[in-house]
Amino acid sequence: MNDVSFGPNSRRVSKFQPRQAPANSHATSAMIASLDAEGRETITAPFGEALCEVAAKRDDVVGLSADLSKYTDLHVFAERFPDRFYQMGMAEQLLFSAAAGLAREGFTPWATTYAVFASRRAYDFICMAIAEENLPVKIACALPGLTTGYGPSHQATEDLAIFRGLPNLTIVDPCDAVETMQATHALSESPGPTYMRLLRGKVPDVLGAYGYKFELGKAKLIHDGADVLFVSSGFMTMRTLDAAKALKTDGIDCAVLHVPTIKPLDEAKIQAEAAKTGRLIVTAENHSIMGGLGEAVGASLMRAGVAARFRQIALPDEFLDAGALPTLHDQYGLSVPQITKRVKAWLDA
Amino acid sequence: MPDISPFAASNVSLARRAWSIRRHAVRMGAVQGQGYIGQALGVADVLAVSYFHATSYRPGDPNWEGRDRFYLSIGHYAIALYATMIEAGILPEEEIETYGMDESRLPMSGMASYTPGMEITGGSLGHGLGIAVGAALGLKRKANPAFVYNLMSDGELGEGSTWEAVMSAAQHRLDNLICIVDFNNQQADGPSRDALATTPEAPKWRAFGWHAQEVDGNNIDALREAFDTARAHDGPQPRVIICNTRMCKGIPFLETREKTHFIRVEPDEWAKATAYLDQVSPP
Repeated sequence: MNDVSFGPNSRRVSKFQPRQAPANSHATSAMIASLDAEGRETITAPFGEALCEVAAKRDDVVGLSADLSKYTDLHVFAERFPDRFYQMGMAEQLLFSAAAGLAREGFTPWATTYAVFASRRAYDFICMAIAEENLPVKIACALPGLTTGYGPSHQATEDLAIFRGLPNLTIVDPCDAVETMQATHALSESPGPTYMRLLRGKVPDVLGAYGYKFELGKAKLIHDGADVLFVSSGFMTMRTLDAAKALKTDGIDCAVLHVPTIKPLDEAKIQAEAAKTGRLIVTAENHSIMGGLGEAVGASLMRAGVAARFRQIALPDEFLDAGALPTLHDQYGLSVPQITKRVKAWLDA
Repeated sequence: MPDISPFAASNVSLARRAWSIRRHAVRMGAVQGQGYIGQALGVADVLAVSYFHATSYRPGDPNWEGRDRFYLSIGHYAIALYATMIEAGILPEEEIETYGMDESRLPMSGMASYTPGMEITGGSLGHGLGIAVGAALGLKRKANPAFVYNLMSDGELGEGSTWEAVMSAAQHRLDNLICIVDFNNQQADGPSRDALATTPEAPKWRAFGWHAQEVDGNNIDALREAFDTARAHDGPQPRVIICNTRMCKGIPFLETREKTHFIRVEPDEWAKATAYLDQVSPP
C-alpha cells in the first residue's frame, strides 16, 4: 500500500483512513473565492477596472487570456474593449508567445492566467519569447501563493521563486485593491516585461487609510514601531498591520515595511530600516519559504553587513492541503493569530 | 505573383542566389570548424526563394515597418540566415570571418539582440509560430498588409506549443501568416519521422484549418510556385509550405555522408567544399 507523500504540516494523515468532517468545518475555497474581507471596504475587480482606465487613454493596450478572463478580472476589459481582447484558448504557451508577437508589433499586451500555469507551464516562453528580448508584456496572474483551497494544482506557492531568477522581469505583489489599481497603471507605463500577482473579485481596500501610494520599486514604511519590524508583501501586509494592532495590546510595538515590488527589491530602504538596532526582523509573505521575499531580504541584509535577529513567516516547503482558506491560512501560519503567537514566542526566546 | 523582393529588377538567378548562400555558409562553417552546415545547405533553396522572390524588405533598413517579417524559429539555422542576409546586403560579407567568435554579431544560435535582420530569438524550439501568431494579429490591428513568415524545422512539429499556435492561427483566420517547415527528416537522435513527425503532413495541417502545400524544397521552380500560391491564396486560412529538403544538398561528398543532425566535417573538407562550389557556380 503506497500512501501519498505529505508534508509535516499536512492534515493528510492517510488517504486510506475514513474520516468525518470536523465540527466548524468550512467549505473548500475554490477559484472564485475572494480574499476574506470581513468588516472591510472592498472594490470589485480592481485590476479590470484599472486596466480599462489605462486602455481608455492608450490604444496600444490589448488584453489576452487563456480561457481565464472571468477568473482574472480581465472580462471587465474584454466587455469594455471587445475588439482589443484576444481569447487565446486553453493554451498558455501560445498565450505568452502571442503576447510577445503583439509586443514586437508595438502593442502593450496584458496577458492573464493563473500563476501556476504561467510559472510552471509557460516558463520557457516567458523566459525566451518575452524576458530575453525585454518586451513590454504585462503578465497578471490570479491565485498566487495560497489564495485557493483547490490544492497544489492551483496553488502557486513557488511562483516568486521561479520568476525571481528571470532577468529583466519586474515582479509586483500588491496588498489590496487600491494598490492593485495603482500598480496596473504603473506597470503599463514601465518599459519591460512585468509579472503582477493578482487579487481578484471583491478585494479589500486597506492601505488607503494609511495615506499610502504605490511606487514601482519602492518599499514603504506604513507603520513605525520599536520592537519588531515586519517586512511584508502582498496581502500579508494586511495581516502584519492587523498583527501589529493585536500585538500593541500586549505592549509590543511593531513597524510594518510594505515591499510590493519583489524585483527589483528596494534594498536600500530595507537595509536602512533593518539597520535601526534592537528590532526583531520578521518577513511575511504569501509564498513558499524557499526563494521568495524572505530569502531575498535575508540575503540583502547579509550582503550589507546588517546583523539582526531574523525570522520568516512563509508557507512551508510542502505541497499544501486542500480546504477552506481560513483553515489553511491558520494551519500554515499566515493568519493574524498565528503571526502574533509566533512573534511573541520569538521575542520570548 | 510578381517578385516582390528588393531584387525584383536583378538579373541574378535564384539558383545563383542559392549557390551563394551555400558558399557563404560553408565559409562561415570553416571559421568555426563546425556548425549546422547540413541544414544550411539543405535549406538554401528555400531561403533563396524567400529572400530573393517572395519577401518584401529593405536591406539597409531591417526595421522598416512595411517589411514582411521573417522569423527563424530554429535559431540553430542562424548560419543559413546569416548567409542569406549577407547575400541580400543586410549584413556585410566581411563579417563572415567573425562567425561564432567573441564579440561577433553572428552568434551560432540566432538571437534578435545580436544581429540586424534577425527578428526573434529562436533556438528554444516551438516558439516561433506562437510569436508569429501574435505578430500576425498585431499587423492586422495596424492594417499593415505585410506577411509573417515562420521558418521552422520538422523536429519542432513535436513541440506541443507548435500545435497550440497551429490551432490559434486558424481560429483567428490569420491569412497573413505563412509557415515554412524545413522537412529534412533529421533531428538530434535520428529521423524525425521515427520520433513524432509522422506522416501524413499536409493533410494534418489541412485538418487543422490551414492551406497546406508540400513541395520539393530543393526545387527552385517548385518553391517559387508554392510561395506564390501561398501569398495569392484567396481564403482566410493561414498557409504552410512543407519543404522536403535534403541535408547537405549541393555538396555531393557531404550529401552521401551518413546522416546526422550535427554533421561532422573534417578540417580539410571546408576548403574542399568551397572548391567544389566554385566549380559548379551557376550563371
